[in-house]
Amino acid sequence: MHDYTHHHPHPNQPDEEDGPFTEYRLLEVALRELLIEKQVITQAELHKTYQMMDDRGPHNGARMVAKAWSDPAYLDLMRRDATAAAKSIGLEPTWLNLIALENTDAIHNVVVCTLCSCYPWPLLGLPPDWYKSRTYRSEVVRNPRKVLAEFGTNLPETTEVRVHDSSADMRYLVVPKRPEGSEGWSEEELAELVTRDSMIGVVPALAIEDL
Amino acid sequence: MTDPMFSVGDKVRIRDAYPIGHCRTPFYTRGITGKIERHCGNFANPEELAYRRDGQPAVPLYRVRLPMRQMWPDYTGAPLDTLEVEIFEHWLEPDD
Repeated sequence: MHDYTHHHPHPNQPDEEDGPFTEYRLLEVALRELLIEKQVITQAELHKTYQMMDDRGPHNGARMVAKAWSDPAYLDLMRRDATAAAKSIGLEPTWLNLIALENTDAIHNVVVCTLCSCYPWPLLGLPPDWYKSRTYRSEVVRNPRKVLAEFGTNLPETTEVRVHDSSADMRYLVVPKRPEGSEGWSEEELAELVTRDSMIGVVPALAIEDL
Repeated sequence: MTDPMFSVGDKVRIRDAYPIGHCRTPFYTRGITGKIERHCGNFANPEELAYRRDGQPAVPLYRVRLPMRQMWPDYTGAPLDTLEVEIFEHWLEPDD
């Protein structure tokens, strides 16, 4: 057996408590405890909110897309009222006015927010850095096909590229085209094909051989 | 609720105006004509909200579809490419 003795310190990731206890942290603790003590909010409500925030991510959007691919009635609801479609499968995008954009052979939708970084957080999580970059925001409304090509998405001239500038109160979820060869797959399997970037519209969904 | 002044398919021009203060009409869309894609509902006026006022009465918000070629005369993509943007009613005028 190898005789192993420690000659060197292990790389050490600081613990939560190793950071400074800043004024803001103190303020948060004081305010939280006071709100609970005065019965303005309850501990249970707080935990529910934490959980909801932690649950934000592209797996939510992917569930919607996979269901739209497999259930025509759900796709119809997505077209008419995408916020209701989110709620109907237990997602609670409370503040969201959602519009679903279907990618087809005729139309390719891609989303940007030129003014800031509006993004459907509950369904896609935090936006990627490139989505917030000035380069993406200014270039995709000017030369969308060039930007899409940089993501590896090359579209024929016969496909209309439709850029959506999320400039005010609506939020957008792209429904990518259903990959060929995925017929008969379950919703859970289909959801694996739906990436965050495909729901922004810069790339297609994964091909089945990419899984 | 204020009734929307425009209907789906109406031709509109986004005002070519440059007032001071906060607004949510991107510069590159100003002066461009397009068509109403939908009325999204009425929303608090962001130009008021930005200064901590209540933004009421709510203003009709539309999605307007603009042809890329009109916005960018040297656009090199396909002629059928478009852009859709959300514009508040007071930024729109009928395009006859």
